[in-house]
Amino acid sequence: MVTNQSTLYRNARIVWGLGLLALLAAPFVGVYPVFLMNGLCFAMFACAFNLLLGFTGLLSFGHAAFMGTAAYVTGWMVRSAGLPVPLGVLAGTASAALLGLLVGMVGIRRQGIYFAMVTLAMAQMIYFICLQVPYTGGEDGLQGVPRGTLLGLDLQDDRIMYFVVLAVFVSVFLGIVRIVHSPYGQVLKAIRENEPRAISLGYAVDRYKLLAFVLSTTLAGLAGSMKAMVLGFATLSDVHWSLSGEVVLMTLLGGMGTFAGPVVGAVGIIGLQNLLADRVGSWVSVIIGAIFVFCVIAFRKGIVGELLAWQQRVLQARRQAPSGAAK
Amino acid sequence: MTEIFGIPIQALLGQLLLGLVNGSFYAMLSLGLAVIFGLLGIVNFAHGALYMMGAYVAWACLDAWGLNYWLALGAVPLVLGVVGVAIERIFLKRLYQLDPLYSLLLTFGLALIFEGVLRDRYGVSGQQYPVPEALQGAVNLGFMVLPVYRAWVVLACLTVCLATWFLIEKTRLGATLRAGTENPRLVQAFGINVPRMVTLTYAGGAALAGLAGVLAAPVVQLTPLMGSNLIIVVFAVVVIGGMGSILGSILTGIGLGLLEGLTKVFYPEASSIVVFVVMVLVLMVRPAGLFGKEK
Repeated sequence: MVTNQSTLYRNARIVWGLGLLALLAAPFVGVYPVFLMNGLCFAMFACAFNLLLGFTGLLSFGHAAFMGTAAYVTGWMVRSAGLPVPLGVLAGTASAALLGLLVGMVGIRRQGIYFAMVTLAMAQMIYFICLQVPYTGGEDGLQGVPRGTLLGLDLQDDRIMYFVVLAVFVSVFLGIVRIVHSPYGQVLKAIRENEPRAISLGYAVDRYKLLAFVLSTTLAGLAGSMKAMVLGFATLSDVHWSLSGEVVLMTLLGGMGTFAGPVVGAVGIIGLQNLLADRVGSWVSVIIGAIFVFCVIAFRKGIVGELLAWQQRVLQARRQAPSGAAK
Repeated sequence: MTEIFGIPIQALLGQLLLGLVNGSFYAMLSLGLAVIFGLLGIVNFAHGALYMMGAYVAWACLDAWGLNYWLALGAVPLVLGVVGVAIERIFLKRLYQLDPLYSLLLTFGLALIFEGVLRDRYGVSGQQYPVPEALQGAVNLGFMVLPVYRAWVVLACLTVCLATWFLIEKTRLGATLRAGTENPRLVQAFGINVPRMVTLTYAGGAALAGLAGVLAAPVVQLTPLMGSNLIIVVFAVVVIGGMGSILGSILTGIGLGLLEGLTKVFYPEASSIVVFVVMVLVLMVRPAGLFGKEK
């Protein structure tokens, strides 16, 4: 078992190293940087969502509200209030955290399936508010957000911006890994596995869940703020329930409760949408729906989950083969 | 006495009637959700899509074969019932052993598929279903003008809701159904085919949604997204009422519809969020919902 684990860790390190190298090299080998940045923002969003669904067992069906609100706040702060970019991003992230605290306080009063419905309903309320307040530009959205500069670097340059986004993404990713492996993350896992048991062991479950929710919405907000900076606009589709559904799908397709899963799922879904948007029109939503159905019926571990399970099986078989021969 | 708080009484009553119409649909849809949830333990996200399909099937049949409204009222729920049987048999029955979140996600995926197909076929601009001849026009009641079709919708929805309540609470079939909710294995031991009962319950819920769709078709603009936009409000209604009681969901639905109508008169900007605000307040005071039981 010990050899199994260490082999797994070694393999994981190799995969991570290769993944990071690929991301560092990507803009130099002709991949369109804006597509990459968009993908990284959604990957961040999905990782934040996975912290909640995969590692705490809470299904929030309204996560787009936090991403979208942060995008609006950042966009407005930078464009209309003239704040420097880092402060704008900070303000957007903080707004998502605050909103997450409010929604979370109401949401955690119900469990399981009700939690999903409550978060969905509250996100819809936020959508309607965004539709009506004058700051968001209503149906047109908030256009023409300038990227500005960071520490003297001109962010208008796509490559420089790409490395900024990559740095933020890697920090968020490592932060989530750290959270999950911390004692706090272990309590979250205990809540996911058996909530009544965690309660009976004396944990203030609601407080743990609320903190997980706020952490997740904060990081989702950071992803939204970065996205507003990358694309230069924030629109109603960022707060719409269909995006809340998509992030569930990204996580499910990639593999919930795995670290790499949401990244794989997000890049896959965003890539698929880019690929299909011009060719099939409204069939995109049919295809997304069909992937949803397929994942739920037959592919619940997701891409990364299945790969890990396969690797586990291979190692198991390799370990048993010699002992079988010895008999 | 033609004004209340500066609002013409005609306008007030008109909005209240509209609220009552909306409330009737909330009641009918949340009733279907509650029945399905009771026996299957799943939240049917596709409920809105089924409602939308009910309206579209009625419209398409009228368009293609001239099938009139009254026949559609009977035929469309049957069609949707068959769709419901298919969904339950093909997909949902594989998921009963799992966390209910999976069936929520599955029905969400199905809703996306239905909506996408109809959007491809009919676009997003919307269709109009004509009000049937017998129900056209309006009656002048002296204090307000009452459009006949709206009165009919409220009456029809309430009748269907009460009939469903009667069926589930007062008949032998309903007793079996409720027993199945409590303890399916014991009911099965009495020789009742529980899996078939589950299938038929889902089909019944789908048929109710389809019927609501036909009733709504002449009063709303038909668009492929009409279901999803409605179902989110209905989810809030369900959270407010609690899924425990059938009469509870009917009362909550109608009450919230009326409240929405009132908000349209006094503070129109808030009319789209008032239901959600009520939901937040109810969750603060009574997390299990107005008619729900604490577990």
